[in-house]
Amino acid sequence: MAIDSSQNLAIQVSDLSKAYGRAQALRGLCLEVRWGQTLTVLGANGSGKTTLVKTLAMLTKPDAGEVLIGGLSTRHNGKRVRRTIGVVTHEPLLYDGLTGGENLRFFGRMFGVERIDERIRSVAAQIGIADRLDIRAGTLSHGMRRRLSIARALLHSPRALIMDEPESGLDQEALELLAAIIADKTNPERAVLMTTHNMERGIALSDRVAILSGGRIAYEGASDADATRAAYLRYATHRQSETALL
Amino acid sequence: MRAFILAVMAILWKDVILELRTRDIVVTALVFALLVIVVFNFAISPTPQTVAFVAPGILWIAFVFGGVLGLNRSMALEKESGGLYALMLTPVGRDLLFFGKMLGNFLFMLLVEVAVFPVFAVLYNFSLMMPGLIPVAALATLGVATVGTLFAALAANTRSREVMLPLLFFPVVAPAIVAAVEASTTVIQGGGAFDRWIPFLIAFDALFLVVCPVAFQFVVEE
Repeated sequence: MAIDSSQNLAIQVSDLSKAYGRAQALRGLCLEVRWGQTLTVLGANGSGKTTLVKTLAMLTKPDAGEVLIGGLSTRHNGKRVRRTIGVVTHEPLLYDGLTGGENLRFFGRMFGVERIDERIRSVAAQIGIADRLDIRAGTLSHGMRRRLSIARALLHSPRALIMDEPESGLDQEALELLAAIIADKTNPERAVLMTTHNMERGIALSDRVAILSGGRIAYEGASDADATRAAYLRYATHRQSETALL
Repeated sequence: MRAFILAVMAILWKDVILELRTRDIVVTALVFALLVIVVFNFAISPTPQTVAFVAPGILWIAFVFGGVLGLNRSMALEKESGGLYALMLTPVGRDLLFFGKMLGNFLFMLLVEVAVFPVFAVLYNFSLMMPGLIPVAALATLGVATVGTLFAALAANTRSREVMLPLLFFPVVAPAIVAAVEASTTVIQGGGAFDRWIPFLIAFDALFLVVCPVAFQFVVEE
């Protein structure tokens, strides 16, 4: 798929490939997310979801292909792209020895966030951790660490959110807060790409759904429950073995 | 320049807070360095004739080997917590991440040296007042921390990082250790180290302060 730079695209991925030794995680993957759009990437274990997120977040370098975020190549504009994106990964990526507030203050300083205390209070209230900011991250529950991780990703008001199974470990209240963040009406231009195992939640939270299978996008369409379910059964189950060692 | 200083200071602040709470790095390095000094004191029974020749070597073995333990721990903590990934998500150059981590390691190693030197002076019967050792210690420690931070990041990506770090690190840092020992011997014997060894340490530091931040970005990115 050729990249059309005239389109108003938040995330453009073309011909992305990545292998770990002999295991091919991504094979010529192409996808696009527009500003204001939420794309859920569904896929079975080992389908390449985490590798896709790590590549978009510039935590791993692709073997081939290109990623543009806001029209900027991640290969050549790393610092500017990182300012644009907020990333939630599987691991919370927090310092256990620092309190929640200290973690957020540290990352806020690294992102050059202005009026940082005010911003921390705002994000903490948004994700429901305002009363836990004085507790060390290492002693928080898994769900609270996950919330703190989401707060870290939102701290610098990113224009694009990239999240790897963000609902994992969250309770019902936190899931509703996450849904509100994704559907944030105060930020209608924000683009969101999230991966998940949970098809129902993925469909509920997004405008479009893509199914990743064997390191490629096997299906992409509007967030329609029946069509997605049929496509998921077709692509994400019987092709799992393709992602195993070649 | 302001952004450079703010980012480096933020990383330093974070490392200092974490160290104040866990004491993982300084205590490990300090205990090891003290053990080396005490064990050598019993092993060689230093006499006034021999002590000026062997003591600087013992002192730098204690500093550098203790420092290696601290360096290993410093980067392992980043790796285990996922902190290194989190740092890589920030819009800060990898060279600044390097300088932030290096500065913390440098500070912790200096702290250990400040704590160990009085014990060394008492055990080996030296004067505590040797201002000539200050520039030697500062420059040599800066070189060790610079090279050590790079190789600790490299070793942290391997399974046997405790073994890998000394294997990678000592061959590169050996010239700085030799210079530090020679300079310390000259100072202890009442001479000045500024004609030869101090310029050598300055050149060593300057070289690796340029090379290591550049190499760091290739080390931390998969």
